[in-house]
Amino acid sequence: MNEDRSKKYMNPYLGGVLLGLVLLTAFYFSGRGLGASGAVKSAVVASVETISPSHVETTDFYKNYKESHAGGPLKDWLVWEMLGVLVGGFISGAFAGRLNFKVEHSPKVTSKIRLLFAAIGGIFFGFGSQLGRGCTSGSALSGMAVLSLGGFITMAFIFGTAFALAYFARKLWI
Amino acid sequence: MGPLIVYEYISANTNLLMAFIIGIGFGFVLERSGFSSSRKLAGMFYGYDTTVLKVFFTAAIVAMLGLLFFSLFGWIDLSLIYINPTFLWSAIVGGAIMGVGFILGGFCPGTAFCAVSIGKLDALVFIGGLILGVVIFTEGFPLWEELFYAENMGTPTINELLGMSRGTFGLILILAALAMFFIGEWAERKFPREEY
Repeated sequence: MNEDRSKKYMNPYLGGVLLGLVLLTAFYFSGRGLGASGAVKSAVVASVETISPSHVETTDFYKNYKESHAGGPLKDWLVWEMLGVLVGGFISGAFAGRLNFKVEHSPKVTSKIRLLFAAIGGIFFGFGSQLGRGCTSGSALSGMAVLSLGGFITMAFIFGTAFALAYFARKLWI
Repeated sequence: MGPLIVYEYISANTNLLMAFIIGIGFGFVLERSGFSSSRKLAGMFYGYDTTVLKVFFTAAIVAMLGLLFFSLFGWIDLSLIYINPTFLWSAIVGGAIMGVGFILGGFCPGTAFCAVSIGKLDALVFIGGLILGVVIFTEGFPLWEELFYAENMGTPTINELLGMSRGTFGLILILAALAMFFIGEWAERKFPREEY
């Protein structure tokens, strides 16, 4: 890593302390932790409802979700939080001069391969986050902060599985 | 006394505004720490960059200790903080599926949104995949409903399960994290990569 580049990223331990304080702020104000996949789910349910209202009316899953999430995505805490993430990420990227359209990939694979695996990975992560009741932020990080057993289990299985499969996916990254 | 929303010190709309502000902090710190780069995130699994480990565990510990201190000072009522419920099998299987997604896709949902905000197109495609994955889950829900609700353990905390106080478990977690940071620093020296 060259000098210039390492300066532009924050010290990871300092980054961790700041992220922990953001998470603590969420607990103090809102009584809940951070999340990400829940915002995607909220947007998906709203989109399905726009495309086919009758489908939502006749499907138990959507009916139950709507009952427990009255007000739709615009009243959803995670949706606003994720809009904030887009703004915060953009501001940081602007300060560091990292704003540019780019497909990041290992020199051993083409952009096309990288995008194909990004899509496949996204599908797995999207599905898994719903089954596991939250992703790395909502289940693993926030769950660990409140010492939730489920949070620790999910964290261990996310990282454990990724480590176990890392050898087979090495061409994508190194 | 917090949480402020539960004690109605702030309105529902203020709470959403706070979500937006908290999100800005979340996105800023993620990007600033390098979580907008899939190769930096994936470095965790090959040892050349263990930023994920350091940021993730430091954050969990700071928030955990913060909650503990706030509670001791009487600033927050821990019984009103949301604790993720534990459904054993879905936590295991869901976690494993997310692990597959992580190593193939190079992002998790939060980091993908962070990365797309600075123009990473691989993150945009990953988010497209996320949406598709969620749709598969919601549309096919009856197929995995049984697994989703299996082995409902309520909202146990890991320290209760081990018969420890929050503080004792917290100390063990801190020591474990320090050991992992040590291994992480060693791995970065052992498997260095110049440019990625």
